[in-house]
Amino acid sequence: MIEIKNVSKWFGDFQVLKDINETIQKGQTMVICGPSGSGKSTLLRCINGLEPYQKGEIIVDGESLSDPKTNLYKLRQKIGMVFQRFELYPHMTVLKNITLAPMKVLKKSKKEAEKKAMELLERVGIPDKAHEYPANLSGGQQQRVAIARSLAMEPEYMLFDEPTSALDPEMINEVLDVMVDLAKEGMTMIVVTHEMGFAREVADEIIFMDEGRIIERGSDEEFFTNPKNERTKLFLSQILV
Amino acid sequence: MAYNFDWSVLWRQPYGMWLLQGLWVTIKIGFLAWIIALSLGIVIGTLRVTPWKFLRLFSSAYTELFRNIPFLVQLFFWYYAGPMLLGDRLGHYVNQIMGLNYYVAIFALGIYTASRVAEHMRAGFASIGKEQYQAVLSTGMTQFQMYRYVIIPYALRIILPPLTTEFLTIFKNSSIAMTIGVAELTFMSYRIDAETFHGLEATTGAMFIYLLLGLTVVRIMGFIESKFKIPGMIGR
Amino acid sequence: MFDAVIRNFGFLMGGFGVTLELTACALAGGITLGMIVGLGRISRNRWIYQPVTLYVNFIRNIPLILVIFWFYFVMPIIAGQPLNPFISAVISFIIFEATYFGEIFRAGYQSISVDLIHAAYSTGLTYTQTARYVLIPIAFRRMLPSLITQSIITFQDTSLAFVIGLQEFVRRASIVDNLEVRSIQLYGFVGIVFFIFCFIGSKISLHFEEKGRKTGVL
Ligand SMILES: Nc1ncnc2c1ncn2[C@@H]1O[C@H](COP(=O)(O)OP(=O)(O)OP(=O)(O)O)[C@@H](O)[C@H]1O
Ligand SMILES: [Mg+2]
Repeated sequence: MIEIKNVSKWFGDFQVLKDINETIQKGQTMVICGPSGSGKSTLLRCINGLEPYQKGEIIVDGESLSDPKTNLYKLRQKIGMVFQRFELYPHMTVLKNITLAPMKVLKKSKKEAEKKAMELLERVGIPDKAHEYPANLSGGQQQRVAIARSLAMEPEYMLFDEPTSALDPEMINEVLDVMVDLAKEGMTMIVVTHEMGFAREVADEIIFMDEGRIIERGSDEEFFTNPKNERTKLFLSQILV
Repeated sequence: MAYNFDWSVLWRQPYGMWLLQGLWVTIKIGFLAWIIALSLGIVIGTLRVTPWKFLRLFSSAYTELFRNIPFLVQLFFWYYAGPMLLGDRLGHYVNQIMGLNYYVAIFALGIYTASRVAEHMRAGFASIGKEQYQAVLSTGMTQFQMYRYVIIPYALRIILPPLTTEFLTIFKNSSIAMTIGVAELTFMSYRIDAETFHGLEATTGAMFIYLLLGLTVVRIMGFIESKFKIPGMIGR
Repeated sequence: MFDAVIRNFGFLMGGFGVTLELTACALAGGITLGMIVGLGRISRNRWIYQPVTLYVNFIRNIPLILVIFWFYFVMPIIAGQPLNPFISAVISFIIFEATYFGEIFRAGYQSISVDLIHAAYSTGLTYTQTARYVLIPIAFRRMLPSLITQSIITFQDTSLAFVIGLQEFVRRASIVDNLEVRSIQLYGFVGIVFFIFCFIGSKISLHFEEKGRKTGVL
């Protein structure tokens, strides 16, 4: 369970996150949407301990991220993250990309790590690309490798930051399909996305952020058809053309 | 060892005058060599994209040769060996020329820098897409017209920033001419040392003169760049 | 045709040895200092950033020969006694080349995105592991072609130690030339030797550049 309690964050004088409260239960999928600059990426980074916050608390399975005694490196092992621009290691083959952390962090043997990596590649549908370099893959394939790389650590939570927004339209679905499967298998996921089809299909909760605040939350069709907030209405009308 | 600084060597006569004379020679060498470098460099760089294999080969051989040998060695070669290459009679005649070292410095620096300009030209051409060439030809221009009116001016504007750096470098490299006795700025600061043993002050002064020269050139080139820049391009 | 070269081959190649020693020292010092200079150039602390930037911009506007002279004049004042020209030259080269290497390192450091670092962290890698397996290998591959090119330039630059009387390759050729007046073959020979080394070096640099482009690291 991830609990976010009264979290505020500033970049200098600029307040990016304003008093965020949210709880994600095990096995749930939460979708975050909202206009550019509203703080979605920043929130995800805070949850993974990649950025500090100044007020409030984020608690993952009972461990507070701001507690100096918490080992962030250990904690991140159970939280995977996928980025907009894939961020694969360009100097390593696909297989190496996936096996690096299991071998170095979990101290798995090469054989063991590669076996697991191949299973994951099978699962995301590109076992034949194991020995390619990332640059030789399409965007959709790269993103699926990035997902496999995260899954290789057998995380309990997965964070996605606009995983499909850098992709050509015909590649979006191949990535979303993988994510839908993950959600249905019971992975706990927080997904920043504007793919409302995906949200409708798997989200247990949808939150709408604007200027660092959560201004609307919903859990069903109601969120799309009858949002309470004017900003949400406007935003949804723009992306649901 | 206590050292008594004497900064007056920077303005006391005749030393102050020497530095100014040196600066003037530096500027002359730089400018004249730049004229050679730019015109020759553009030609040699353009040869790289011609359809004739021999010319392309010549162009790449030229750049490889000049950039893989230290300029000092090139300068010595032209100055000491050059006249010998001309044969006894002509060589003897050439050796009589007053201020030969000055002309050799300009020549050597010019054809050396030309190889660097040519290399930038090549990169400039490479950054122009194939379709651009086809688009130009489709308007009915000949190969020659295409290069003359479209491609070369376009490439030159693309490579204006690296050319600015080259132009700055040519003044710095002109200091190497001191090794064959050309009385440019670095030579003069060294000469002040020989007379006064205050080389530290003289070279420090010369450093700031070079700095000033560089800043002035950057200003001028910045102005030129802003004049010629293509809206929405360059100006990175 | 190369009679004077053959007669003085040992003497000349001894000078080439000095050139190689100079290059090795200049590269070791220049690259090490360059790494630090590069870090200074991306520092957010202006007490670090500004002095380093000033140093880089100042040196890059000054001819190397002048830097060599300057240190040649300043070293005896600091050390209190005339200094070995080799050491004086090496110091000048390190100070000079470090500004060029520094800019290469700066570009290399800046070529790595924050998200890539975050991606590595998010798989549980520690700071040291991220640096060792991700940051340094990527930055190194990206910088390698430029590092090799700048090393070739440094190798050529060492010939300028000529001006303070250091008996490197070119100086020895000129000594022989003064005695035997065989300028064509002597400077021709020096040119050929430099050419061979630099040409091979530039091809190696090109090789890594193409390799980097092919694998998509660049
Ligand atoms: N390191 C930083 N320093 C200062 N300001 C930052 C920093 N990172 C982000 N910001 C600012 O914080 C705000 C929120 O950024 P964030 O990336 O979280 O937005 P976002 O909701 O993810 O937007 P997008 O949809 O464009 O990705 C933006 O205004 C951004 O300019
Ligand atoms: Mg974002």
